[in-house]
Amino acid sequence: MKPAAFDYVRAETADEVLSGLTQEGGNARVLAGGQSLMAMINMRVAKPKLLIDIMHIKELRQIERKAGAVVIGAGVRQAELLAWPGLAEALPLVALALPWVGHAQTRSRGTICGSLAHADPSAEMPLALVALGGEVHLRSATRRRRMPARDFFAGMMLTARADDELIEAISLPVLGEARCAFREVARRHGDFAIVACAAMPTPAGIRFAVAGVADVPTARDWPRLEGSALDDALNGFAYELDARDDVHATARYRRDLVRSIGRDLIGEVLQ
Amino acid sequence: MNRLEADARHPVRFTLNGKAVEAEAEPRTLLSDFLRQQLGATGTHVGCEHGVCGACTIVVDDMLTRACLTLAVQVDGCDIRTVEGIAPSPDRLSALQRAFRRNHALQCGFCTAGILMSLDHYLSRHPAPTEEEIRELLSGHLCRCTGYTPIIRAALEAARLATSSEETSDA
Ligand SMILES: Cc1cc2nc3c(=O)[nH]c(=O)nc-3n(C[C@@H](O)[C@H](O)[C@H](O)COP(=O)(O)OP(=O)(O)OC[C@H]3O[C@@H](n4cnc5c(N)ncnc54)[C@H](O)[C@@H]3O)c2cc1C
Ligand code: FES
Ligand code: FES
Repeated sequence: MKPAAFDYVRAETADEVLSGLTQEGGNARVLAGGQSLMAMINMRVAKPKLLIDIMHIKELRQIERKAGAVVIGAGVRQAELLAWPGLAEALPLVALALPWVGHAQTRSRGTICGSLAHADPSAEMPLALVALGGEVHLRSATRRRRMPARDFFAGMMLTARADDELIEAISLPVLGEARCAFREVARRHGDFAIVACAAMPTPAGIRFAVAGVADVPTARDWPRLEGSALDDALNGFAYELDARDDVHATARYRRDLVRSIGRDLIGEVLQ
Repeated sequence: MNRLEADARHPVRFTLNGKAVEAEAEPRTLLSDFLRQQLGATGTHVGCEHGVCGACTIVVDDMLTRACLTLAVQVDGCDIRTVEGIAPSPDRLSALQRAFRRNHALQCGFCTAGILMSLDHYLSRHPAPTEEEIRELLSGHLCRCTGYTPIIRAALEAARLATSSEETSDA
């Protein structure tokens, strides 16, 4: 398990990253925390020709509290966001979900934006981005665009990011007093989720989001539902997610988790 | 833009357990292999090479780091600590290492270097951990011998002794 050969650049500015990505097209990869990419490179699932290390770019290492949103730069590590004093107040859902991303030994290096770029269907941060309705800030050498979470995830480990684009940052809305809930089932704390769910109130009712079942994290907005109406909505959603059997769990078990965790979390936030 | 070519060897300099070291590496050389093969620092073990087992865990610039998920060229200029650096002197074990010995917290020892680094790093920041916190930290490591219980006992004992500054004999 040794990597195939590649060139390496320690970028000092975002412009250097963008020109590298433009020149090499799909053969270049951004290297952030390396906690997913290096494993793929070691297994030779990924064989980039160029790795562009973005962790020495100061302008990407900011967490900024703006009016109504928190902007998290590409160089912000998971452990740094967890230690950010404003987290629990501004982003309570992230405060609940982030400790489930891997282990202390991987959160110390892994980034928030790297987790989104990697787009594992079980990953917690993509779930949080979709549940909160955040935005991905994409930048290439020639353009900048902001993409809503629901358009960003295109499939299993597949996103709408073009090869020449850097995820410069993400923004997550601050929901004020809204009460969020998160729950995950995994073999062990720190393993990828079998099912992870998030719930929060919306002005019209409730939002419920699920990762680990469909190829992409998926959210549904419902009016305030209770009793059998809620059971029906959850059951319909569980089937729409098109669960599959794998070594970790059966499709049926996953649907069951969606229904039972859904009932619990929605009850919790509507209290 | 300083591009390190794939098929050339490039100088890598860093501080290893307080001493300046220098050797050459291709961009694709993993830090785990660089430590073991170029520098002869074989205390850091290599198990899975994809970040899961924790055997290769070291400390880079105060961050717990999987050496197998890190390139040697990435740590140029960094401060690195490995298991070779945790004993106060070559003939004396650290308090944590002594607690491992007393509690039989290792059998084959394959996982031990990584676990010691995680615990050493954690205890220096959280001198009075709960069992829950130690279990949570150990979720980042696999040990196929001990069943973890003696490791948890050793960690809690080392923390307790460090805060009460008394220690029982090694024997
Ligand atoms: C043992 C272990 C357990 C884990 N468990 C979990 C878990 O439970 N949940 C979870 O969500 N994750 C888990 N992970 C993965 C998580 O730790 C990674 O941090 C995350 O998936 C990727 O972030 P990174 O910064 O390490 O990105 P990298 O590994 O550096 O990059 C990942 C991918 O994203 C691209 N990329 C990174 N940053 C950018 C950017 N700014 N712009 C464009 N492209 C970019 C890279 O080119 C690469 O394709 C685990 C990893 C390990 C080793
Ligand atoms: S060898 Fe690095 S984590 Fe297993
Ligand atoms: S002591 Fe053998 S793997 Fe832990």
